[in-house]
Amino acid sequence: MIWTNAVIQGLLLGGLYAIFACGLSLMFGVMRLVNLAHGDLGVLGAYFAIILVEHLGGNPLWTFAAVIPVAALVGYLLQRFLLDHALNGGELSPILVTFGLSIIIENLLQQTFGANDQSLNIGALSYQSWKIASDIYVGRLNVIIFVVAVLVIVALQLFLSRTPAGRALRATADNRRAAALSGIDPKRTRAMATAIALATVAVGGLFLAMRSSFAPTSGSADLLFAFEAVIIGGLGNLWGTLVGGLVLGVAQTVGSQINPADGILIGDLVFLAVLAFRPQGLIASRSVAVR
Amino acid sequence: MALLRLEGTTAYYGHLQALHELSIELEKGEILAVIGANGAGKSTLLSLISGELRPRDGRVYFEDHDITRLAPHQRVRRGVALVPEGRHLFSTLTVEDNLLCGAAARRQGTWDLAAIYELFPFVKNRRKHRAAVLSGGEQQAVAIGRALMSNPSLLLLDEVSLGLAPVVIRDLYEGLLRITAEGTTLLLVEQNITEALRVANYTICLLEGRVVLEGAPSSLTQSEITEAYFGRQQSKDSSSPKRATRAKK
Repeated sequence: MIWTNAVIQGLLLGGLYAIFACGLSLMFGVMRLVNLAHGDLGVLGAYFAIILVEHLGGNPLWTFAAVIPVAALVGYLLQRFLLDHALNGGELSPILVTFGLSIIIENLLQQTFGANDQSLNIGALSYQSWKIASDIYVGRLNVIIFVVAVLVIVALQLFLSRTPAGRALRATADNRRAAALSGIDPKRTRAMATAIALATVAVGGLFLAMRSSFAPTSGSADLLFAFEAVIIGGLGNLWGTLVGGLVLGVAQTVGSQINPADGILIGDLVFLAVLAFRPQGLIASRSVAVR
Repeated sequence: MALLRLEGTTAYYGHLQALHELSIELEKGEILAVIGANGAGKSTLLSLISGELRPRDGRVYFEDHDITRLAPHQRVRRGVALVPEGRHLFSTLTVEDNLLCGAAARRQGTWDLAAIYELFPFVKNRRKHRAAVLSGGEQQAVAIGRALMSNPSLLLLDEVSLGLAPVVIRDLYEGLLRITAEGTTLLLVEQNITEALRVANYTICLLEGRVVLEGAPSSLTQSEITEAYFGRQQSKDSSSPKRATRAKK
């Protein structure tokens, strides 16, 4: 029963990782850009929510409505005015630029908010739970996060497969040159990908802030988990990213069950095992973003 | 009014000059075949027109607008579409999605999915397949269809027949003739001279980035073309190319 519980809690945790990871996967697919500031941008969204709640009050849940559109707008501008230029500078410059962006964000947050842990207090929802078996309880918030994660990925998948804009994203990911020659505006497509990526990572940031505590440097750890989820699942495949998030979540909670200090280590080992024995990921990509 | 006009365009790859002050005019409704050996500058010429490469000197006009500085996707919106060498389909997308991507420019015209399927019926049966699993000829038809979906005024084709069986090439060229019947102007770049000269009403032969021969295919002899193509036995005044009278439609 202990193990069943660990697996269930791990699946719920994996949902959060999947939300963090899907934007990373999308941006890499569309423009071969590894955004090292991805996690920090999610944490930035969480701090924005803290400010909003401080000044306007109310249950932090409402901040989703404000943070998501702002994050999308920031993503659009970030791509247009920074990342597009970085992409022109060769393979290394996007990595350096986003690494620099990550450092800037973390230090600005530390300067402004201090290094203390913060949290978004959503009241009773944070500790209420449902009993699903004789001695297995699942946190309501964790279930909500999991459901939202699945919905976000389903919605993103539908957007990519059913709409002209989604088709343009897939086409650009598949063959940039042919996309431009077909009349698809590459700048607009890239900006759209980054806008979506930041909107999704902001959702992840807010959930992280509601679920536990976070600090200015939390973004780096989140980035690492997002990376692991993307690689475990298979690059550029949204279903793979979801599966990767879930596998990582389960690995961590089962690991913690074995030894409370080893959860993250076991997650990393599973990630390394996938890299070693199935580098294309658990779900080999043929659909969404890469190749 | 010329549909397309290049005025003294030069192009470089690094220090290597690929085109030397090239000036070309293309009338509406024409089928222009650009021939020449490997490295003659044919694909470079197409890149200048499609917008993938900007000339170092000279200007490119389309429908009397200066498009020299427009990006490829902006030129598609103006009505210039390229079928690139090697087809460059979106291999992970279905055939139908490939075609629909071509409509991203949202230009009005006669070409839509139904018209493409009528032009190349064998593509219709494959519309739910991923482009990667198609045969070479089918892929080329999809590539042409995708470009047509933008309802171009000028369709540029780079080595359409490359690597295809003669019977397939014949089919594709029949399709091209039907495309011109709908009012689209064609610019063909080909190494398959026979097929290109059969359909073209004007041809330009490039050698080392310069026009060495031009005229209506019917007005040129086989030996003239061979000489120009391989650059042997250059005429004494090699600086000025032989000019035949331009075929009037």
